[in-house]
Amino acid sequence: MGVILFELALTFYFAAAIVGITEFFKSSKVTPKIILSLAAIGFAIHTVNIIYRYVAAGHIPITNPHEATSFFSWCIVLLFFFLEFRYRIGLLSSFIMPIVFILMLISSMLPREIKPLSPVLQSYWLGIHTVLAFLGNAAFAMSFGIGLMYLVQEHHVKSKKLGGLFERLPSLQTLDEINYRLITFGFPLLTLAIITGAIWAESAWGSYWNWDPREVWSLITWFIYAIILHARLVAGWRGKRAALLSILGFLTILIAFFGIKLLQKGLHVF
Amino acid sequence: MKAFVIGLNHKTADVDVREKFAFNGPRLAEGLAAFRDIPEVQEAMILSTCNRVELYANVTDTEKASESIKTFLSTFHNIDRRSLENSIFIHDDIKAVRHIFRVASSLDSMVVGEPQILGQLKAAFELSLEKKTTGILLNKLMKKAISVAKRVRTETRIAENAVSISFAAVELAKKIFTDLSKKVFMLLGAGEMAELAARHLISSGVKEVLVSNRTYERACDLAKEVNGRSVRFEEFIQEMARTDIVICSTGAPAYILMKNQMQKVMKERKQKQVFIIDISVPRNIDPEINDMDNVYLYNIDDLQGVVDTNLFERKKEAEKAEKIVEEELDTFLKWLSTLDSVPTIIALREKAEEIKREELEKLLSRISGIGEKEKEAIEYMATAIVNKLIHPPTAALKESSEDKDALVATIKKLYGINGEKIEKK
Repeated sequence: MGVILFELALTFYFAAAIVGITEFFKSSKVTPKIILSLAAIGFAIHTVNIIYRYVAAGHIPITNPHEATSFFSWCIVLLFFFLEFRYRIGLLSSFIMPIVFILMLISSMLPREIKPLSPVLQSYWLGIHTVLAFLGNAAFAMSFGIGLMYLVQEHHVKSKKLGGLFERLPSLQTLDEINYRLITFGFPLLTLAIITGAIWAESAWGSYWNWDPREVWSLITWFIYAIILHARLVAGWRGKRAALLSILGFLTILIAFFGIKLLQKGLHVF
Repeated sequence: MKAFVIGLNHKTADVDVREKFAFNGPRLAEGLAAFRDIPEVQEAMILSTCNRVELYANVTDTEKASESIKTFLSTFHNIDRRSLENSIFIHDDIKAVRHIFRVASSLDSMVVGEPQILGQLKAAFELSLEKKTTGILLNKLMKKAISVAKRVRTETRIAENAVSISFAAVELAKKIFTDLSKKVFMLLGAGEMAELAARHLISSGVKEVLVSNRTYERACDLAKEVNGRSVRFEEFIQEMARTDIVICSTGAPAYILMKNQMQKVMKERKQKQVFIIDISVPRNIDPEINDMDNVYLYNIDDLQGVVDTNLFERKKEAEKAEKIVEEELDTFLKWLSTLDSVPTIIALREKAEEIKREELEKLLSRISGIGEKEKEAIEYMATAIVNKLIHPPTAALKESSEDKDALVATIKKLYGINGEKIEKK
């Protein structure tokens, strides 16, 4: 049941990503609606899948890499819908849905069985810490997509070549503002995630900070986004530089997320 | 019944000729009534804009109608007929319908894709409806022309791109800034070129307009004109810190804004985006400024480049639009050809009904002693025979074919229907 739901959601995201990519080459009035509908169906099925696993496991389903990646994708789609209805940015889905699909594809290749959670981790902190961290990181993922859009549009305006996506992308200022808002939304969540993580670590392992690779990378990520915000507010690093930094920031997160898991084992389950 | 177009437009006549024949204000209704009264004209409509004076009609005879209308135009406007002959154009039938479709879709406009013409055409049509000068042909033709224009508007991007420097500036500004009504705009130089280029930016509603000029009085004058504030030329760089959009066109022989000055400005405005348009020749703003982050500098050639690309795009879109016009022309002509046969179908049916009625009366008066039931049966049979007999010719008439006129003539001859004419309403 859970498997079917997951594959179905993956299929719908795949379709949304493909239609989204075709939208780059040929625009039409109906395709954005098709993409949104496909993404919405995928999201609904995905939500049921997460609830299903929650019930089956008895705790929030973010305790193995498969679930984590899946939940992360879910957070991104959630934020995507929020941005879509708030700002109605042309082509946003074309930038975001392929990312969502790739994440879901990675998730689909990871082992899916629900393993019993070690008693050390069974705590209400599990839900609080992970949801905060995932929502925060999802905001950074969105700012990655928006940053890419900014760079494309900035290239058009700067080089004075106004063909291609120029017509359909929003204004530079709009993209820059959304990017800033996403980071100011994600940063406090990441901060809280680190704090709650430390509290939880204290109760589970007896120490607030263990220099676990995940912790170190999270700290690095935290510093990068702190620098982005600081540079913007103090030195006026907006526009292209802010877009580049938000892309860099998200790449760091991806390394933290997947790289560490491959390199070595830490205290973190995923 | 023939669609007919006669008139002058920007392709056939210069403005000094066009303006003489224009129907302005109350003269339009007057002219329309006089036009409608020409004997060969069954339906009439006049489209008079600054680029065209065109008379649309449904006429009985093309040759006679064009002579009468030319006479009407020269007497109505009190202008020698000879000056008309050189600048007038005439279309009939398919060509007339195509012309009207193209005019409505803005394919015949001076600036292809400009949006006003459809509104002007609608207004002209509404006046004709009000004065009851149009009928079955022109009504259908105009409704179709309007729907063709809408189809062209939605299916092609013919009207989307800015094709003047002034519009291109607004289009670009909108891709840099979210909301122009929150932006401060400065005009550097108060010459005619600067004013022209700034026109659409100002009318698109910016938050504040600043005008700076070497001669301060001139700046004050222009500032008053555009509801702005004048700035002394020595102070314009200070104002740059809160200015988001600049159009520069001074007669200065050298750069008036250097990169190091701009760097200070950007620091002061916390790197907020600036859009600078330098249309002066020689250039007034150091081109290296475009290398700075968040500064977008366009010179006159860059803007002209944008306009040229847009014009090229428009041409491509216009080709698509022409195809739509041809498609719609086809369906309209089909409708038109059925219209030709409608009177014949009616006459044929009436004739058949008449024969049936006469024969039934004769028969029923001769035989007696039959009941209602038998009477009904006889009547039923008569109707069935008539219907079956006239069905094939009727169907043939309703179908569209190329030799429709010949078919109509043959059927009239075979069934002995007299050539009837549509009564003038």
